[in-house]
Amino acid sequence: MARIQSTGIVCPDNHAAMLLQYKKISQEAATIVLGGSERSRKRHLDRGKLLPRDRINGLLDPGSAFLEIGLFAAHQCYNVPIPSAGVVAGIGTVEGRTCMIVCNDATVAGGSYYPLTVKKHLRAQEIAAENHLPCLYLVDSGGANLPNQDEVFADRDHFGRIFYNQAQMSARGIPQVAVVMGSCTAGGAYVPAMSDQTIIVKNQGTIFLAGPPLVKEATGEVVDAETLGGGDTHTRLSGVADYLADDDHHALALARQIVKHLKVPAPSIVQDQTPRLPAYPVDDVLGLIPSDTRQPFDIRDIIARLVDASEFDEFKALYGTTLVCGFAYIDGMRVGIIANNGVLFSESSLKGAHFIQLCCQQKTPLLFLQNITGFMVGSKYEAGGIAKDGAKLVNAVSTAAVPKITVIIGGSYGAGNYGMCGRAFGPRFVWMWPNARISVMGGAQAAGVLASVKRSAMEQRGEPWSAEEEAAFKQPVIDQFETQSQPLYASARLWDDGIIDPCKTRDVVALSLKACANAPIADTDFGLFRM
Amino acid sequence: MFHKILIANRGEIAVRIMRTARSMGVRTVAVYSDADANALHVRTADEAVHIGGSAVSESYLCGDKIIAAALSCGAQAIHPGYGFLSENPDFVDAVTTAGLVFVGPSASAIRAMGLKDAAKTLMHNAGVPVVPGYHGSDQSPDHLAAQARSIGYPVMIKARAGGGGKGMRMVQEPEQFLEALQSAAREGESSFGDAAVLIEKFIENPRHIEVQVLGDNHGNVIHLYERDCSLQRRHQKVIEEAPAPGMTTSVRDAMTQAAITAAKTIGYSGAGTVEFIVDGSGALRTDGFWFMEMNTRLQVEHPVTEAIVNIDLVEEQLKIASNEPLPYPQAHYKIVAHSIEARLYAEDVRNGFLPASGTLARLSFDQQARVDTGVVSGDTISPYYDPMIAKLIVQAPTRAAAIQKMHEALQNTHVVGTVTNIEFLAALVRHEDFGRGEMDTGLIERDLTQLTIQAHSAKPVSQLIAASVLLGINPNVPLTGWRLYGQASHLVTLGDGAVTQDYRVVLGNEGQVSLHESCNEDAAGTLCRLRLVSVTSDIVVFNAGGRQQRAQVHCMADSDGTSVSVLLEGRTDVFTMADPLTGGDQAATTDDAVVAPMSGTVRLVDVQPQQNVKAGDRLLVMEAMKMETSLSAPRDGVIESVHCAAGDNVEGGAVLIRLVELDNDS
Repeated sequence: MARIQSTGIVCPDNHAAMLLQYKKISQEAATIVLGGSERSRKRHLDRGKLLPRDRINGLLDPGSAFLEIGLFAAHQCYNVPIPSAGVVAGIGTVEGRTCMIVCNDATVAGGSYYPLTVKKHLRAQEIAAENHLPCLYLVDSGGANLPNQDEVFADRDHFGRIFYNQAQMSARGIPQVAVVMGSCTAGGAYVPAMSDQTIIVKNQGTIFLAGPPLVKEATGEVVDAETLGGGDTHTRLSGVADYLADDDHHALALARQIVKHLKVPAPSIVQDQTPRLPAYPVDDVLGLIPSDTRQPFDIRDIIARLVDASEFDEFKALYGTTLVCGFAYIDGMRVGIIANNGVLFSESSLKGAHFIQLCCQQKTPLLFLQNITGFMVGSKYEAGGIAKDGAKLVNAVSTAAVPKITVIIGGSYGAGNYGMCGRAFGPRFVWMWPNARISVMGGAQAAGVLASVKRSAMEQRGEPWSAEEEAAFKQPVIDQFETQSQPLYASARLWDDGIIDPCKTRDVVALSLKACANAPIADTDFGLFRM
Repeated sequence: MFHKILIANRGEIAVRIMRTARSMGVRTVAVYSDADANALHVRTADEAVHIGGSAVSESYLCGDKIIAAALSCGAQAIHPGYGFLSENPDFVDAVTTAGLVFVGPSASAIRAMGLKDAAKTLMHNAGVPVVPGYHGSDQSPDHLAAQARSIGYPVMIKARAGGGGKGMRMVQEPEQFLEALQSAAREGESSFGDAAVLIEKFIENPRHIEVQVLGDNHGNVIHLYERDCSLQRRHQKVIEEAPAPGMTTSVRDAMTQAAITAAKTIGYSGAGTVEFIVDGSGALRTDGFWFMEMNTRLQVEHPVTEAIVNIDLVEEQLKIASNEPLPYPQAHYKIVAHSIEARLYAEDVRNGFLPASGTLARLSFDQQARVDTGVVSGDTISPYYDPMIAKLIVQAPTRAAAIQKMHEALQNTHVVGTVTNIEFLAALVRHEDFGRGEMDTGLIERDLTQLTIQAHSAKPVSQLIAASVLLGINPNVPLTGWRLYGQASHLVTLGDGAVTQDYRVVLGNEGQVSLHESCNEDAAGTLCRLRLVSVTSDIVVFNAGGRQQRAQVHCMADSDGTSVSVLLEGRTDVFTMADPLTGGDQAATTDDAVVAPMSGTVRLVDVQPQQNVKAGDRLLVMEAMKMETSLSAPRDGVIESVHCAAGDNVEGGAVLIRLVELDNDS
């Protein structure tokens, strides 16, 4: 294969700027992973319970990687901190089997479901369903967050969808295992009840449709929680749970035992080459991305630090050059890479659609490296049919049945986000770099558009509008776009699966591909391409 | 030379004899007991004959069975090794009568040395110095005092029937003699019913030095210098060396001449050892050693002599037994090295050196040492025999170098499956007096506490290695412990003997691991930090503080969990990690009620109120659906009430018996 001759200059200023952005993110992460307040963590530990991340560590094979999703979910979204939206989720191996783990954090608002908790839980299930990952639910939650009941209960993608997904996955043979390590009240009771196999920790886990206070309210019956829905009741009398565990450690060991007996699927993506590190230092990427986002850079410099041995066989290298397409290996696994190297034109769109067709024929997973301001505008391009050529790319991206992984390494604006497999286009994973920005358009452009609309309205009314007034009008719009295009803003809302260290991109993509490998790759039927 | 010999022994010495025999083209026959059916000496031999039960009285001490075995397989000679029948003159006679050759001295030579008092008289008459003493029947105090004076103070008064230190008095000066005599006699009278005493010269700081001799059937006797075996515990040698520290040419000449005289006096043929007690209170003196006894066989510690003069004593034994003359005159044998032997035992040093047994899951030795052993990994140290695992023998140009080598050899000896005396041996090798060559037979007893002190608890490095191995961390697997942010960590409960402790193992990049108190993973709680370089099933290579080191490890899983033995810097620690799945009992319950599993008839009630029951005890028998079902106690407790009687029909789910907690005060 052809080794990329990388000529990009690793600039210390760029490096420093990128590092600063990453540090800000990683400091946030360091606080988030602690979970709830010190007081609530201590109370949790005093009850003999393990903290959620220790539960996950205890469940995973020692040494297993853990690809966490939605770490920044709910960041600054509510009036109180809800770290990781109160539920830790991610992918790791248990008894050698790649699994999705969803673990409530009872130290955060009692593990109750805020709207973004629901969204994250559903996202984890979506990943599990798409990639055929057994789901291990470590349950310790008081159920729906009642003050937010209007945003968690009634709609299609609200609380009930969790159980619907469990049933759907179970029906498709994707194992559903619950470990009840705390409360499972009301709707939450259906997580263990809907699972294929359920473990409950004695004198700690409880499952009931209504807790003791509500029972007293409803029927006058006075009963303690353990009798009403404890481990003994459910493993001996009700059969709601199948295994009785002495404590968290025992419960996790039982869960591992359950996974040990699950069938291991044949991987649909294999390491058909021995993995090799890139020929260029991976850390260079920090210094290769210009701190001034308007400065262009050659995407091949980044690809050279991402793929095995920096080897990249480029497709149509001379045509539609603002979109770079080609084949490479990441950790020994073949991928087709589609990466922006400028604005999308008709030619680049056609080239991208063509390349996607190639990959779908060969069942080669697609990696999108997004850094896109949008499609080219102007009469020449509209007349040239850029809308229909862009549509061909969007059509191909939408219907490609191969696993798609998107990494936003710079801008993600407007229809460019769509053509490059943004969240709406069903990529199996979306990851974001700390320097990335995502919005419908740039803040200045948005402010300009709004200002021109207002100005023409005012002109019609014959009202004057000074430059100062216009600037004052534009500034809040610019500020709003700046805030809302930040990666933390995006990740908090689960527009992506996480903000990643650019130096770990290769690892993240490899782990994503390994997760994808659990599901067979379907044949692709493309939609009608407008010619 | 014989074409086939039988080795009437087991363990390391049998294997060692076979090794030489094989190199000489002599076929070997092993004998074995039930317990030794798969022993190394049986596997090593060309042929093996089963001779009886595991007890030595049913096997290795049964001369007739051994002779029959030799005759049945056409062996021409029997090598007795050491111990068992090696110094039994009746066995020698029987062997000879059967027309076989006994590899060793004549029965008469063995008899001459077998009776210790008679042997001393014999030697005394031959001019070999023996410990001066009075063993006569005249017990008058004046006579005894006169004898003491002529022996020379200090003297030891011993009750004739005594033992175990009872009735023994050391007397420094004549003025103290009478009082000590009365007290020793009184104690002899009260303890043994015999007031008679004997008097011997008291030897201060006694050393045990012995001379190896070789005699042939043609009247030639040579010596192969001395061995110092002063490091003893309860008369059991622990560490031996050759030559003796502080030995001078004149003392060596005197001692070796005395040994040759002793051997010649009894017409000795074969390999033998003349043991002397030596005054170790100062420099060795030509008048400071006395004959103790002669061992008419190959000694356990013979390899140190082999090492210093480059000889194979077993080969010489076989040649002598086949009537060959000694190949070289005395002058041929020169000391060319210093050698030390340590006896590695399966014994519980901290528990009074209690013999131990067990299956050796792992047994590996230093490559630089000669190792004479009768076991390999997977073999068993059985309780029927001496629990010696191996002899480690090192050889070096100087004593200091030999000590260093022995230190290394002990550091690199990994035994898993039983307790051993390795740390005790290492402590002895490190002992300052031993280092200076200033030891006597009392050294071990004097410093026993220091030598067997509970070494500091396991090092955090060993704990971390154990935890990593038990967790199965492999630094060479890509993305080990990978996280988007922060580091992976695992809680581990490590058992170290009776102590169980929770730790947190944090995994970093590139094999970095650190051990923390379980509650935190920040730098403050870090107990140890290292980088794993490679982890295989028996070796962990790691880097701590910039220094690359190796630890030997061995993992074993059983029904309770997994254990790992870690050998690091000469210290072996065994850590265990419980399997949570064996800890929990699905049937266990705190439920106080025993309920009918289905509707049926009670056939039998076994218990009454107030009765104590143990978990699993049958409480009653029911019949339902034409099947009998026993209901047993779900836990230990006391029967509070019985709600049914034989013949009752009961509903499924009905409470039949109630338990209460066992009252611990009653």
